[in-house]
Amino acid sequence: MAPERTAPAPRPREEPAPRPGRVRSLLSARESPVVAALLVSLVFASFFLDMFATGRNMGFLLLSVAAIALMALPMTLIVITGEIDLSVASTLALSSATLGVLWEAGIPIETALLICLVLGAALGAFNGLLVTVFGLPSLAVTIGTMALYRGLAYVLLGDRAVASYPQDWVSGVRAPFLGIAGLPWIAVAILALAALFAVLLHATAIGRSLYDIGNNTEAARFTGVPVRRTEFWLFTLSGTVASGAGVFWTLQYGTSRADTAFGLELQVVAAVLLGGVSIFGGVGTVLGVMSGVLLLGTVRNALQLLGVSGDVLQIVTGLILIASVVGPNLVASLRRRIPVPTILRPPTHHGERP
Amino acid sequence: MTQQPPPAPPPLELVRVAKSFASVRALRDMSLELRSGEIHALVGENGAGKSTLVKTIAGVHRPDSGWIRADGVPVTFARPADAQRAGVAVIHQEPTLFPDLSVAENIFIGRQPRTRLRTIDRARMRRETEEVFNRLGVPLGPDHPARGLSIADQQLVEIAKALTRRARVLVMDEPTAALSGVEAERLFTVARTLRDQGVALLFISHRFDEVFALCDRITVVRDGSFVSCDPAADLDVDTVVRRMVGRGVDTLYPKQETEPGRVLLEVEGLTRGGVFDGIGFTVRAGEIVALAGLVGAGRSEVVRALFGVDRYDAGSVRVGGARLAQGDPKAAMAAGLALVPEDRREQGLVMEASIARNATSTRRGALSRLGLLTSRAEDEACRSWGERLSLKYRRLTDPVSTLSGGNQQKVVLAKWLATGPSVLFVDEPTRGIDVGTKAEVHRLLSGLAGEGLAVVMVSSELPEVLGMADRVLVMHEGRITAELDRDEADEESVMYAATGQPPREALR
Repeated sequence: MAPERTAPAPRPREEPAPRPGRVRSLLSARESPVVAALLVSLVFASFFLDMFATGRNMGFLLLSVAAIALMALPMTLIVITGEIDLSVASTLALSSATLGVLWEAGIPIETALLICLVLGAALGAFNGLLVTVFGLPSLAVTIGTMALYRGLAYVLLGDRAVASYPQDWVSGVRAPFLGIAGLPWIAVAILALAALFAVLLHATAIGRSLYDIGNNTEAARFTGVPVRRTEFWLFTLSGTVASGAGVFWTLQYGTSRADTAFGLELQVVAAVLLGGVSIFGGVGTVLGVMSGVLLLGTVRNALQLLGVSGDVLQIVTGLILIASVVGPNLVASLRRRIPVPTILRPPTHHGERP
Repeated sequence: MTQQPPPAPPPLELVRVAKSFASVRALRDMSLELRSGEIHALVGENGAGKSTLVKTIAGVHRPDSGWIRADGVPVTFARPADAQRAGVAVIHQEPTLFPDLSVAENIFIGRQPRTRLRTIDRARMRRETEEVFNRLGVPLGPDHPARGLSIADQQLVEIAKALTRRARVLVMDEPTAALSGVEAERLFTVARTLRDQGVALLFISHRFDEVFALCDRITVVRDGSFVSCDPAADLDVDTVVRRMVGRGVDTLYPKQETEPGRVLLEVEGLTRGGVFDGIGFTVRAGEIVALAGLVGAGRSEVVRALFGVDRYDAGSVRVGGARLAQGDPKAAMAAGLALVPEDRREQGLVMEASIARNATSTRRGALSRLGLLTSRAEDEACRSWGERLSLKYRRLTDPVSTLSGGNQQKVVLAKWLATGPSVLFVDEPTRGIDVGTKAEVHRLLSGLAGEGLAVVMVSSELPEVLGMADRVLVMHEGRITAELDRDEADEESVMYAATGQPPREALR
C-alpha cells in the first residue's frame, strides 16, 4: 500500500506566466461587478432615456455626486482599516455654516475658505483623537460627533440661511472644464484627486499598511506599522476633505444652511460598500468606490428623469446598499459548496441530544 | 493492556479515502483503523493531510472516494452532527468555550437536561459533570467559570463534553502544542484512563517523545497517503522520521560552533508589573541564547517588550551600546531588531494578504522608488528569499493562508531576515511545523548565528533548546532562575529551574 512516488524535492516552484493570473484576478476582483453594473446602467439609461445622455444632464449628474465622491475617497481608506467615519455630512454642514458666518462678518472669501479647511482638519483630528488615544470604537465616536457637529452648525446659523455669496464664485464652481459641456471642472479635479488616492492606496508603503491594519491589526503592529498614528491622520484627512466638500457644496448651491446635506453620510458609506470595500476592513479599491459613487448617481438620476419621487429614491438607495453588503457574502457562500463556514469548528456545533 | 485487537469490529475505520480541494489532492489513499481501548498516533509532516483526515472523521469534509465504517458498518458523515452521533469527538489544540458560562454549562451547552417543569436541571448538570471529572480523575469544579481556565483545563472540559455525549472515538489534534510538561503529563493520564475504559483515541503530535510514551500504534502518513501502521513497540524515532519525510533527516540540531563577538544586546532590570521582574542579560554577535521555561513564565512577554510591541515599567534596553526607546517597534527595527512572533497566524502574518506582500511587509519603504511601491518590486524581493529558504508555493499572489504551517513560518522568517537584523528574536520558531522544515529552520538559525547574528530564541521544546543554544536562560514566574552554559544545560537542570524547584525533586 505504500506509495511508489518519490518525495517532492524542496525547490521553489516558479510562478506560471503572470498574464492568466492577472486576467483571473481582474475577473474575480470584488469591484468588477460594480464596474460592470455601472457600464450596463449607463448604456441602458442612454438607450431608454432621451434626456440622459445630454451634456446638460451629464453635468447635472456629475455635480450631484461630486460631494459624495470627494468624501468617499478618505472614507475608503478608513473603511479599509476597519473603521468608519459617520460624521462627514455633519462636518460638511458645520464647514458650510462657518463659511456663511465668516462671509457675513465681512471676511474675504479666500480667507474664510482656508479657515473652513483648518476647522475641518480639527474636527477630523478630534474624531481621530477619541478613536486612537481613548481607544473608542469609531462607529460610536462618529455617531456622537455626527450629532455634535450638526448641533454646532445650528448654533452658528439657527434656521437662517446665508445666500449672499459672490455670484462669480457660485457660477465658478459649476463651470465646465475647458468649455466642454457636461464636464464640470470639479469632476476633473475629483478624478485627479481619486488618481492620487489610488496611487496612495495601491502603490505606496502606507497604502499596503492600511490593508494590513484592516485585516490583522495585531500583525500590523508586530511589523512596525504605527497603527494609531495612521488612523489619527486618516480621520484628520477625512475631516479636511469633508469640509472641502462643504465649501464646494455651499458655493454650488449658493447657500449655507445648518440642515444641509442631512443624511448624506449614508450615501457616502453606501457608495463605498457598493464599490466592493469590505465593511470588515482589509479589502477595497479606489476604482471600485468611484464606480460605486457613479452607479448610485446614475440610478438616482435615471429614476429622477422617470419622475420617480424622492421617497422612492431613498428606498432604492437603501436597497442598493443592502444588496452591496449582502451580495459578496451571498456569492462567497454559493462558491463554498459546503454550508459550514470554515471558521466554525466542528465541536462548536451543538444541537442534538445524545 | 493487550496487543491483540478485540474481536468486535473497530468503532471507526477509514478505507482508501481520497479528498481533493480544487486542484489540491489533500488525501489520496488514506486508511486508518481506530480500535477500542487503544491510543493510536497519527504522524506526518505538515501538509501530509492530517488536518483533512481529522476533518473527514469529524464530518466537516466528505470524502470523494473510499469508505468510512463505524462498527464495521459503512456510514456517511454529511455534517459534524452525523459524526457526533456516531460517537466521534475532536479535541482541538485550542478549545473554544464560552468564557462567561460555567464548566458544567459549557459541557451541556445546547442539550441541557430539563426538569419536569422544562427548566434547566442544574443539579443534574452539576452532578453529571462531577461524575465525568471523577471518571477522568481531574479536580475541576462544575461551577468554575470557563474564563481563566488554562488551555489544558479547557481541553479537559472538551473531553468531558465528549464523554457526556458518550463519545467512543476521541481525536486529539496536537493537544500538547500549547501545554507545559506537567499539563501534558496530566492529559496523558486522562488519555490512558479513557483507553482503559475502552475508548478509541487518535493522538496527533509532532513530538516523538510523547508519541512513543503514550501510543500503542503509530500510523505514518505522507503526501495524503497511508505509509505504514505498526505497534509503537516495533518502531523507533529514526524509522518514523524516515517514513514521514521519505528520506533521512541528517541531523535535527546542526549547531555550528561560533566564537561570540561583541555585545549586541544588553537588557538591564527589565520589569513589567505582574508579568516579568528584573530581567537582565546580554547577547553577543554569533550567539544563540535560549529563553526556556514553562508556558506562562513570561518569556514571550519579555521579547515582546524588548521589540517594543508591549511597554515595560522599568529597566533599560541597549542595542549595540545605544539606548532603545520603548514601545516603538519601528525604532526597534531601525536599531536592527527583528521579532518572529509566537503566533504566526495572529501576529506574524496577515493571512488574507498574499505571500509576496507578507514577505515584504517589513521593508516597503526600502523597496519603494520615489515613494512608489510596485507589486513587481515586492514579487522580485519575495522570490529571491523564497529561493533562499526553499519556500514551496504556487503563486506569489496566493494568500499566505494557502501555505502549509512550515512554509508560512518561512515567510515570517523571510520577512524579518530581509530587514538585515543584527539581533533576531524568535518565539517558538518551530511550533507546529514538520520535522523536515524544522531541521531547515534550525540549520538556518545556526548558519545566521555563524555569520554574526545574535539570536534570542524562546522555545518550549527542550531538545530544541539544548540542541541549538550556546546559553540557556531559564525563566520561572517572570524571573530568570538560571543561566546555564551549553555544557551545563541538560534536561534536568533546565526543568528544575523552569519549575522553580530545588534540584532532585518531582517532575519527570
